[in-house]
Amino acid sequence: MYEFVSGPLVWISFIVFIGGSLYRLVSMHKLAKKEKVIYPYMSLKYGLRSIIHWIIPFASTNMRRRPLMTIITFAFHICLVLTPIFLLSHNLLWRQSWKISWRTLSEGTADIMTVIVILAAIFFLVRRLVLSEVRYVTFPSDYALLAIALAPFLTGFLAYHQWLPYKTILILHILSGEIMLIAIPFTRLSHMLYFVFTRAYMGSEFGAVRNSKDW
Amino acid sequence: MAETAKEIVVDPGLDETIKKLTPKKIENTINKVLTRGAAARLKVYMQTCVHCGLCAEACHFYLSHDKDPRFSPVGKVKQTLWEIVRRKGRVDGEFIKNCSRIAHTECNVCRRCSMYCPFGIDMAYLLLLVRRICALLGVVPQYLQDTVNSHAVTMNQMWVKQDEWIDTLQWQEEDAQDEVKNARIPLDKEGAEIMYSVIGPEPKFLAQLLGNISIIMTVAGMDWTMPSFDGWDNSNMPMYSGDFETMARVERKHFEAAFKLKVKKIVMGECGHAFRGAVYDGPKWLAWKEPPVPLIHAVQFYYELIRDGKIKIARKFEQPVTIQEPCNIIRGRGLGDMLRYIMRATCEDFRDVSPRYEHNYCCAAGGGVINCGPPWKKSRVEGNRVKAEQLKATGAEVVVTPCHNCHSGIEDIVNYYKLGMHVKFFSEILVDVMEIPEELKV
Repeated sequence: MYEFVSGPLVWISFIVFIGGSLYRLVSMHKLAKKEKVIYPYMSLKYGLRSIIHWIIPFASTNMRRRPLMTIITFAFHICLVLTPIFLLSHNLLWRQSWKISWRTLSEGTADIMTVIVILAAIFFLVRRLVLSEVRYVTFPSDYALLAIALAPFLTGFLAYHQWLPYKTILILHILSGEIMLIAIPFTRLSHMLYFVFTRAYMGSEFGAVRNSKDW
Repeated sequence: MAETAKEIVVDPGLDETIKKLTPKKIENTINKVLTRGAAARLKVYMQTCVHCGLCAEACHFYLSHDKDPRFSPVGKVKQTLWEIVRRKGRVDGEFIKNCSRIAHTECNVCRRCSMYCPFGIDMAYLLLLVRRICALLGVVPQYLQDTVNSHAVTMNQMWVKQDEWIDTLQWQEEDAQDEVKNARIPLDKEGAEIMYSVIGPEPKFLAQLLGNISIIMTVAGMDWTMPSFDGWDNSNMPMYSGDFETMARVERKHFEAAFKLKVKKIVMGECGHAFRGAVYDGPKWLAWKEPPVPLIHAVQFYYELIRDGKIKIARKFEQPVTIQEPCNIIRGRGLGDMLRYIMRATCEDFRDVSPRYEHNYCCAAGGGVINCGPPWKKSRVEGNRVKAEQLKATGAEVVVTPCHNCHSGIEDIVNYYKLGMHVKFFSEILVDVMEIPEELKV
């Protein structure tokens, strides 16, 4: 089992993740060309202006209105992306198989970042259950997406601290990471791929056509 | 249907039209709309929305209904488009009727929510797609459909015939001459600098606004004209019903009138949605990146007149006054500073609103909602309690609304919530306070 999830399945999941993401972006591009009114309105300047205002914490009105949500969302996304890339033990695996390595986070820092992801996911869950405007638009798939994002971090945390049977947890950890990679292009986790494009389009419309701000 | 309107509203445009629908027709129409033309943005928006609910507080309907999630932007999309996509268009007439209620009467497509969505999802566009589906199925609130029919037949919104149009202009020209010597409304003057265009309700029941512009143009010494023929009405209700073919005909006619008169630019009266149609939605549908003739809104025109000293202010308006910022020229064109400039130039005691500029609340009348007529008036006015609170907080006695939709919508809000304010167009203030040169005095 371990050999399978840490061998062929890794290949499969990376291929699906990268191939699937490319497929998604290419098909978006093709559809957007067909719609005719998308590209002529796109503006690099206003697209970037909008993206910048939405990737800096508190740079938009809505972020300032909800400080707690803003802090947690940013912490969640930053830790979610950076932790797996700069984790020492992941880095060792890259070195072992591909002879490449890069700077890593200290184990303590990575541990804290993992906890941040877990706590933030719990916050999102509670928010979904408690706030009526979120609950109203929540589907089972929303819980599933949250679970997919949370699982690699929860199992990684447990594996690192070896609180439960290590071998089983490790397999679950690898498996859940692979599920997440595969899920990105084919579920609403693809907001990761689309974010810059939806933002840039809206920014272009607001900036170039409507002469106003969208933050 | 689990969710229903707060009250039952009788509207033959919805109740009767759905009886003629068949499941096959609904499915075919929906699939045509969703796969042709609309595919890219719809698909990406559907795949991007993480159902976070952060757009909710952008919506005046949501805020005014004590945060009832059915009225949040994403809540409206959920009840309509998500369900349509999920069921692959297999929905019934009753469902389409609810779609029309939500998309035509409970959303002003004001686009405030897209400034609150972290992804910049254009929810107004999604609800316009719903309207498009409803319109192709013939399910549109009756009053709104009537204005669309009028556009289709007469090219103006209110069944104004050409002789009535010309007659009204001449009558207003005469009235203006009581105020200013030699005031004119020059008709069909080829090669004039400016073509001035208005919306149907001006000749129909706000004719004095035509007299006002005659006074203003005469005092400012402008070389201007108005067409005596079709194309004078720049308003565009089909844009809001979802009948984009008729929308395109109206916009084309409007610009063709300008070509025919060989004018250098078009100045539009104080109307927001007409401006949106002429500058954005119309050209987009006609595959023009920009309007083919330069076109400016009255607020910008007045700003230029006052800034350049072509109109001088004799005395300032004294009552405390505030503004309603029309979405389609503020969020839609960034005229917020110009509006404040002309307000401060003409008014002694200008009280700014909060939230303001792009973040100002919609009047709840725009986007075709007020055109859905009396049956929907209560729901519209109740859907904008926050506007009443916002205006009340300024302590002003007069609200200036440089937009026809806003004007009527705010008037309804002022009456319903007993705010005791007067609602005015900017031109009414301007005519009141401007200096009339000696040689033009009657």
